[in-house]
Amino acid sequence: MIPGQFDYVRPGNLEEALRILKDREGEAKILSGGYSLIPLLKLRLAQPTVLVDIQAVGGLDGIIRTDDDWRIGARATHRAILDHEGLGTEHPVVHDAAGGIGDQQVRNWGTIGGSVAHADPSSDWPAVLLALRGSVALRSIDGERVVPARGFFVDTFQTGIEMTEVLTEVRIPHARPGTGSAYVKLERRAGDFATVGVAAVLTLGADGTIAGAGVGLTAVNDTPFAATDAEAALIGRAPDNDTFAIAAGAAASQAKPVTDAHGPADYKLAMVREITARALRQAAARAHGPEERGR
Amino acid sequence: MSTHHVTVTVNGTAREADVEPRLLLVHLLRDTFGLTGTHTGCDTSNCGACTVNVNGRSAKACTMLAVQADGAEVRTIEGMELGGKLHPLQQAFWDNHGLQCGFCTPGMIMQSAYLLEQNPDPTDDEVREGIAGNLCRCTGYVNIIKAVQQAAAELRSAETEGAGAASA
Repeated sequence: MIPGQFDYVRPGNLEEALRILKDREGEAKILSGGYSLIPLLKLRLAQPTVLVDIQAVGGLDGIIRTDDDWRIGARATHRAILDHEGLGTEHPVVHDAAGGIGDQQVRNWGTIGGSVAHADPSSDWPAVLLALRGSVALRSIDGERVVPARGFFVDTFQTGIEMTEVLTEVRIPHARPGTGSAYVKLERRAGDFATVGVAAVLTLGADGTIAGAGVGLTAVNDTPFAATDAEAALIGRAPDNDTFAIAAGAAASQAKPVTDAHGPADYKLAMVREITARALRQAAARAHGPEERGR
Repeated sequence: MSTHHVTVTVNGTAREADVEPRLLLVHLLRDTFGLTGTHTGCDTSNCGACTVNVNGRSAKACTMLAVQADGAEVRTIEGMELGGKLHPLQQAFWDNHGLQCGFCTPGMIMQSAYLLEQNPDPTDDEVREGIAGNLCRCTGYVNIIKAVQQAAAELRSAETEGAGAASA
């Protein structure tokens, strides 16, 4: 399959890239790893006039721990994130998700920023960012703004990024003590997109009940979403199978899967319940682990 | 739309071409440079037949633009043999009947070479995980894994001998 025609530029720094986005507003598209965008170009579902390849823009691929949060550069590959011990230890949900994306070649080149900006309704990172209550940093020639993940994923392939902005960084707050997390993905074939993917984050209080919860779902709605009813159902309860069954039911009530090649809608709803319960159980098991996990 | 002049070092040799930005790397290699060892399979980044190494990382050449590879070092299956001697992976695929129709083989070998650079002593499961992005429609995976393990052992022993010779 041959993509339609476009121009190609490879700016050497961020300012230059932002200037091009401003000057050619609405025509330009950022190219990062290419593993989401190039398939769309081939199918001609995306037909930008100019591709702005940011491979030569420095400073966008770091994974940095600050006192406040983790800052993952938009060009950090899935592979670099998978290999990052500190991040994966503190947030196992991140490690789980990174290892399940595509295959080695895809993980070698695909980037978290590209994936999040692309916002495929079946992609893994958005569910993780929603569950962790992360945020994204967006830069334009006029400055930077930080947007919470909750509210960023607007619709299928649509986010809050303006045409003149570049997603430069993903931010994830630190795990509170007593927190465990997990990402569980049901896929028809190894490396496939999720039939359903669930990111779960649980924080247990001193009394052993659930003091904090984050649940992000992918592939079962127009866009990845936070299962807020499931989160509300978890707070204050014991982290046991009864609680998780209630939360899984609440998650399914918020899901709106469609029948497609991955299966009929009613099957997917059943899988939302099952996979949500599994993710919660695993998150709870990890929360019960060493208290100092990831610190 | 303008064409771009690209310089790509393929298997150690700098090659140049004027290309449209929409040209895929796999087509640059096959059609422009005549290196048809890299195969186009699914053309959707699923099957891995087009796997090559770009700047030290395995990549699917159907999901990379030629212009993205401007200035890059690319290694293809043609760059594996040395002085008429097959690379240990090529020899091992031969010895273990690691290919049937052979269509997936260049990609399998390029991905396996990357895998062994990253992990010189993989378990069978790690080999399976490492080549998960490469499909063999003859389904000859068992012998492919045997071949990768034979090559891994040979490369490790060559490494040990090399180190011994260097210290002697």
